[in-house]
Amino acid sequence: MKKLMTGDEAAARGAYEAGISYAAAYPGTPSTEILENIALYTEDIIAEWAPNEKVALEAAIGASIAGARALASMKHVGVNVAADPLFTFGYTGVNGGMVLISTDDPGMHSSQNEQDNRYYAKFAKVAMLEPSNSQESKDMVKAAMEISEGFDTMVLMRMTTRVCHSKTLVELGEKSEAVKKPYVKNLQKFDAVPAVCRKLHVALEQKLIDLEKFSNETELNYTEWNSKDIGIVTAGIAYQYAKEVYGEKASYLKLGFTYPLPVDKIRSFASQVKYLYVIEELEPYMEEQIKAAGIPCIGKDVVPRTGELNPDILAKALLGVEREVIRYDDSVVVPRPPVLCAGCPHRGFFYELSKRKDIMITGDIGCYGLGGMDPLYAKDTCICMGASISMGHGAQQVFNRFNEKMRAVAVIGDSTFFHTGMNSLLNTVYNRSNSITCILDNRITGMTGHQENPGTGFTLQGLPAKIVEIEPLVRALGIDLVKTVNPLRLDELKAAFDWAMEQTEPTVIITRWPCVLKKHSEHDMKEFGDYKSLCEVDTDVCIGCRLCTKPGCPALAFDNESKKASIDKIQCIGCQVCAQVCPKKAIRKAGN
Amino acid sequence: MADVKNILLVGVGGQGTILASQILSTGLVSAGYDVKMSEVHGMAQRGGSVTTQVRFGKQVHAPIIGKGQADVLVSFEIMETLRWLEFLKPDGKVVINNHKIPSVPILSGKREYPRGVIETISRKVDATVIDAGRIAEELGNPKTMNVILLGALVKAMGLTELEWRAAIKECVKPKFVEINLEAFKAGLSV
Repeated sequence: MKKLMTGDEAAARGAYEAGISYAAAYPGTPSTEILENIALYTEDIIAEWAPNEKVALEAAIGASIAGARALASMKHVGVNVAADPLFTFGYTGVNGGMVLISTDDPGMHSSQNEQDNRYYAKFAKVAMLEPSNSQESKDMVKAAMEISEGFDTMVLMRMTTRVCHSKTLVELGEKSEAVKKPYVKNLQKFDAVPAVCRKLHVALEQKLIDLEKFSNETELNYTEWNSKDIGIVTAGIAYQYAKEVYGEKASYLKLGFTYPLPVDKIRSFASQVKYLYVIEELEPYMEEQIKAAGIPCIGKDVVPRTGELNPDILAKALLGVEREVIRYDDSVVVPRPPVLCAGCPHRGFFYELSKRKDIMITGDIGCYGLGGMDPLYAKDTCICMGASISMGHGAQQVFNRFNEKMRAVAVIGDSTFFHTGMNSLLNTVYNRSNSITCILDNRITGMTGHQENPGTGFTLQGLPAKIVEIEPLVRALGIDLVKTVNPLRLDELKAAFDWAMEQTEPTVIITRWPCVLKKHSEHDMKEFGDYKSLCEVDTDVCIGCRLCTKPGCPALAFDNESKKASIDKIQCIGCQVCAQVCPKKAIRKAGN
Repeated sequence: MADVKNILLVGVGGQGTILASQILSTGLVSAGYDVKMSEVHGMAQRGGSVTTQVRFGKQVHAPIIGKGQADVLVSFEIMETLRWLEFLKPDGKVVINNHKIPSVPILSGKREYPRGVIETISRKVDATVIDAGRIAEELGNPKTMNVILLGALVKAMGLTELEWRAAIKECVKPKFVEINLEAFKAGLSV
């Protein structure tokens, strides 16, 4: 029977069918659901959230060397974090089959850049597969195991947002009983010291020659013959778009195995068509190698290299064709940017922080990135996971050296702190700056959709875990000045900022309140209780000053005609941040 | 690709467009169509403008719908209809939920919610306006708004013959099946 599955779900199914027994990841859109779905195979696969991608990949490498088939998944920028083990594991090769799934995000639906991770395969010298739909996402995880064990290489499977998050039909298969290989101590293979790696590098170059031969022969790279006027070399989701635009008016060399590229197969295909097009999303990864092999082709000179590709862009770029659309005045359409939810515990924090002058707010990756938007504007920078704390330190050192009265305030979430913020805070302590670090602990990994982390008390597969408390952790790292506050209390926040601004040593402010969307654990119920209620506006008391709109809550509206505020009963959860902002006490808990 | 039909569902993060599109695609798959569906995840979901795209036919390639390509645009929110209208075929149909969710620039009084949106759209295309919120309340469960809109979509697409009852049973928790079947029927009869 065929089942409609996302690429992520299908890749998870592939892990099950391929007999993978260990999988690790750090959540990140669009990769998150791969491990979430693998975790459902509780009897067959050990599935674990790691605190970051480097740890996830290393844990999976350990599982592979121990003899099991293993998988690690992460978003494209996560591979940057995991790049260190990736490159050397490329040298050593595997014991049990090993696949690393990188999910790239062309168009930056939910990311800070749109790097093309296909270059990682070439750079780290590991084999690469690129699925173009859910069926291939499943099947290629299985193929990855055969290739990995057959050629003694890790396989990078590169997916993209549209493949990860589109549902397409999948024919399910049976689970193959992969036998765990024995662990054998082998220093000449797995002890990456210079003397060993000099030999491994030489062997690796031969491995790549063997893999290129495989690439030329495998059915993962296949030809579809139609008209021979135009021949299209394509891979991944771009194949689907090319088919959408050209249908049977062109022939295709559809590549599923894209490192090493099947250069002979491409050359033969090119020799049989009048014009050769290379259609790929983002960078000219294939085009560069095809041109370097002396094969003329048309690619990025017409197909854009920025943003997400789609059939419309291709049709316009290659055929000059545009579909007829309805013309209308869209200037009246008001933007609808994502916002912090009604009752989000970050709102009060950013509202209080936004009132401070002479500060540089170094932000990080998570929902709290929205603190930089209108009307809060409480953010100056965002670079990557964990960077808030290290950048805050560097900035503070410079402000102090040049006698500027600026203070650096780093803002980071609980999961991001565990990810890479901890090392950064150690740096702040060690190198003695007085930057202010704010850890917004909402008791969950929020943005990616509520994944457990070392602070929540549960593992991915629902087992109870030790709760790592942030305050003692921060003290253990060497921070003496720590305050934990309730972010729904603006007076507590203000007092904490006043206190921190005065210090000559590094300070940490921890805000501790659960994400408004979080399903409370028993521990949460004990600590925070059933706090949800409702606020309302007394319109007789409201003077129309609009101050309550400053925190930017989507449950609160200001009517320009009546000059009164009102609160949406469905969205409001009674956090009372607006009530504390109102100078006339016109907002109060309903029923009071 | 002429036989491929395209349905674009648009709304605001958290409005439940996902369940409607799940039932829709389940029904289409059991009718033997090739189906592809694409939706928004992650950051954009936080109260932002969201879309679900469903394509079906004998063979579907791209999982996304281009400008001027949707046969039906189902909009869970009035202003969102206008944001996505250029994706509709000039002779396509629109199903609009008569429901406003002001975005933050409007809530804070900086911008006005656009006036006369439904009138503007009705002048240009075949539009069905549904008070799905009111109907859902009359049925006794405001959350069934999405399935009411699904019913209206199925009618607009002329797909009433498919096994929708089975699709709803497959996608909805047992205790909500009856109310959703009623909601679907209500949507069909608008």
